[in-house]
Amino acid sequence: MDTIVALATARGRAGVAVVRVSGAEAMTVCAAIAGSVPPPRCATLCRLRDRQGDTLDQGLVLVFEAGKSFTGEPVVEFQTHGSPAIIAALIREILEIPGVRAAEAGEFTRRAFDAGRISLTEVEGLADLLEAETEAQRKLAQKVFDGTAARLAETWRDGLLQAVAMLEAAIDFSDEEIPDDLLRHVRPPLETVKDAISRQIAGRQASERIREGFEVAIVGAVNTGKSTLLNALAGRDAAITSETAGTTRDVIEVRMDISGLPVTLIDTAGLRETADEVEQIGIARGRARASAADLRVYLMASPNDVVARESQDDIVLLSKADLWNCPGISGKSGAGIPALLSGIEERLATRASGSSVFSRERHFDKLRRAEVHLGAALAALDRGEFGWEIVSDDIRAAIRSLDGIIGRIDVEDVLGRIFSSFCIGK
Amino acid sequence: MKQFDVIVIGGGHAGVEAAHAAGRRGARTALVTFSACDLGVMSCNPAIGGLGKGHLVREIDALDGVMGLAADFAGIQFRLLNRSRGPAVQGPRTQADRARYRSFVLGHMQQAERVTIIEAEVTDLVVEADRIAGVETADGQRILASAVVLTSGTFLRGEIHIGDERIPAGRQGARSSLRLASRLEEIAHSIGRLKTGTPARLSAQTIDWARIGRQAADADPVMLSFLSSGPAARQIACGVTQTNRQTHEIIAANLHRSAMRSGNISGIGPRYCPSVEDKITRFADKESHNVFLEPEGLNDDTVYPNGVSTSLPREVQEAFLRTIVGLEDVRILQYGYAIEYDFHDPRGLFKTLQSRALTGLFLAGQINGTTGYEEAAAQGLVAGLNAAALALGLDEALFSRADSYIGVMIDDLTSRGVQEPYRMFTSRAEFRLSLRMDNADQRLTPIGLSLGCVGQRRERAFLEKMNRLDALRIRLKDHTVAPAVLQENGITAPSNGSRRSLYDLLTLSGVDEHDVLRLESSLRDAPAEDLAQIKREAVYAPYVARQNADAAMLRRDESLTIPADISYDTIPGLSNELRAKLKASRPDDIAQAVKIDGMTPAAIVLLVSWLRRGAAVHERSA
Repeated sequence: MDTIVALATARGRAGVAVVRVSGAEAMTVCAAIAGSVPPPRCATLCRLRDRQGDTLDQGLVLVFEAGKSFTGEPVVEFQTHGSPAIIAALIREILEIPGVRAAEAGEFTRRAFDAGRISLTEVEGLADLLEAETEAQRKLAQKVFDGTAARLAETWRDGLLQAVAMLEAAIDFSDEEIPDDLLRHVRPPLETVKDAISRQIAGRQASERIREGFEVAIVGAVNTGKSTLLNALAGRDAAITSETAGTTRDVIEVRMDISGLPVTLIDTAGLRETADEVEQIGIARGRARASAADLRVYLMASPNDVVARESQDDIVLLSKADLWNCPGISGKSGAGIPALLSGIEERLATRASGSSVFSRERHFDKLRRAEVHLGAALAALDRGEFGWEIVSDDIRAAIRSLDGIIGRIDVEDVLGRIFSSFCIGK
Repeated sequence: MKQFDVIVIGGGHAGVEAAHAAGRRGARTALVTFSACDLGVMSCNPAIGGLGKGHLVREIDALDGVMGLAADFAGIQFRLLNRSRGPAVQGPRTQADRARYRSFVLGHMQQAERVTIIEAEVTDLVVEADRIAGVETADGQRILASAVVLTSGTFLRGEIHIGDERIPAGRQGARSSLRLASRLEEIAHSIGRLKTGTPARLSAQTIDWARIGRQAADADPVMLSFLSSGPAARQIACGVTQTNRQTHEIIAANLHRSAMRSGNISGIGPRYCPSVEDKITRFADKESHNVFLEPEGLNDDTVYPNGVSTSLPREVQEAFLRTIVGLEDVRILQYGYAIEYDFHDPRGLFKTLQSRALTGLFLAGQINGTTGYEEAAAQGLVAGLNAAALALGLDEALFSRADSYIGVMIDDLTSRGVQEPYRMFTSRAEFRLSLRMDNADQRLTPIGLSLGCVGQRRERAFLEKMNRLDALRIRLKDHTVAPAVLQENGITAPSNGSRRSLYDLLTLSGVDEHDVLRLESSLRDAPAEDLAQIKREAVYAPYVARQNADAAMLRRDESLTIPADISYDTIPGLSNELRAKLKASRPDDIAQAVKIDGMTPAAIVLLVSWLRRGAAVHERSA
């Protein structure tokens, strides 16, 4: 297999950058760049040089042998100064070595998976862990990585297994001495598990927000100080992680971190009646974005303004409070900004706490299927004993839907439950 | 020296089906048995069928086997189990008259084309150039054939235990069987030890039938064979009585004297067929257990007390039985015992039941770790069909989990092996809704026809039935009913205002064939059983569609074959545990690998990607 190279840390200017090389030629790369191969798993300060012998940078070199690395292959990591120019030069130099190519997205992780170093759920959790920009994202990714999701699914499977075992006992051993009231034990676990799955599905939006970021829109008439407020928020109390112009010239997005929650602040075009067609379109788009956002901060131009809130949770503030000498907010003086931040944080944190421990589309797809099958099983259960084998089929289908998350169910599991619970055998 | 195509050793249920099936495929077949009287002997409970087992019998019958016909001839108490439940989990069962069963089987085998019954004791296998060439008998004769089916039951180191008595079972101890046993040990993947038990047999005359309950035969008996129209023998009732506190006290006081519990037995017993000793210990809170008193025949004084299998000493058996209502003065004809025996790990077999270690040798029945006549017979059928295939160069008979209970069992045995005596349950079949006993002929008779193992009489009956069903299905689909008519007839069906076909209505749980007859009286000319059959398939139509998708996935996994010479050591990332399990079970394909105990999705991904990578490398280098 090819030897692959890539920048392992985030792109952009940073204190330290890590360039990772994995594959059969990793040690050749190390010797060519660092002059020698240091002992495994022992950080060694080396001068990194190009083919002409010119110094690229001075950095730490870390070597892992095959079988003891993240990918299972020989791996070398170069820890350099985080200058984009140095990183680009180093990678260019490494790519000159025969048998080495640039890694494709996620290829290190895939190799780790192929080598059996990590499981499928771990791969997915890890992908998120690597992408995690903030503390809350890291926690969600960590939950999957730790197997919280797998443990939860395991608990559900256990409940469903119990239900199936009761049904199968009633079906396969109907001529044996088994209690008449087995069906009493079928419905409760089905309902419990179905509710729990529904809750996880409902928490999906919050999970996505933690992954993708919450959107908070600043809304108000023209000249209510929206942009000033945005700048004040972004510049003073928040760390800007990225800044992009919106798809339209008049929706500005700023990504920031509020107490560990990733938030995209949206500055919309000021609302007013206008004959300008372009401005009308801008206002309409701003309204749509604001309406789709998770939370809105309405700025009132005067204490007498009336604001129609989109949701009860939305925040309404008097803008330019410094001018009115009233309680409110001022982007200029900074008054009211800490209160606004903690207000936003409080609202978003409440939503984040209901988040699902699952994070992937694949997981939710399985959960939705399981939910449908369990609904069908409960409906079939109402039809009486004529449909027991159909109920069982639906529950098994639900369990199979969960299989992709955790592993397999086995008929021996079902039989084991039956034989340990009932006296079978005339 | 005699020359055949196929030799079958043993005349039990597996041997009979194997020889008959090989003969049906055109192989000149020798059935070698110690005595022709052994043919069709029921050594344990005299009953055929049941849940899961009834499915197997119907499937054997669909392939034109012997068991269903014999059971219908000998049946003295037909009962359809789970009658009130859905058709997919109903199981036909009958008590069988031992003598009638044996006489039917013997007659049937004597009339079978190309089958020769030879009374002899097989002492060794003839092996030439690493493949089987025939067998050697005690009188020094050689019988030659290119395929041999071994169905020797529990004869390998069989040992009977009653209390602390130990009695060699079968032909144990004879020099001859030792040679055959050591031959098997040479080729076996591994040898395991199992145990099972049987109750005492009672004299019917000494039972006070007036004091106990009765379980009657069904008024509307359901047959085991598709060719039978009704019972051939008089129907009788069984008795039902119960153990009581006094029974349990006697057993508890003597537990230490039970062979099963004395430590003399190392074999593993079935969880679904516990001895009465096990029952009162494991379920100590139950004050009473049912005992079914099953007559072994119409003209037979022997009664089989189903539910009290035991290996207690003789006097204890007598004492506890006599505490039971109706058995106060009972006379024991034969004492209950536990039997322990060796079995050959079936993971050493291909799905054809041919040994991986010795070409031409097929193993079927209890020797593979199964229990039950039906399980044995079904394996015998598979082994016989494939032995004929090997000898005559015909297509192999391979069954899938997606097409039959036979396929489920063969796959379970060859891919997972056996931890306890293997018995069929409907819950083992993941495609249970499609694999019904009522459609066993629809599923398997066409396969049997293409294999050439179905006789003319069955072929004609089958094709006629299929034509009738096709015509009826079309009539039901063509005939539509307006919502108003449904309402008049008190039929509640979800409606969008448009007319619905009668077939469509049958898929609803609240509509049955009688409702359809009320709606369209011209259907009265169709046989009631045909209408009932279409109702059975309509009930499951939506679910079968889902199962078909899963079945397609299974077939995809079955198509990802794993080369026999794969080296699991070269696949990185497999845990040592899984590596060891893969080496031990040698899956033929991914479908089998998936089912290995403890297998993880990640390991399957590794295996699949390894196979794909291997295929890619292969293509590149080609």
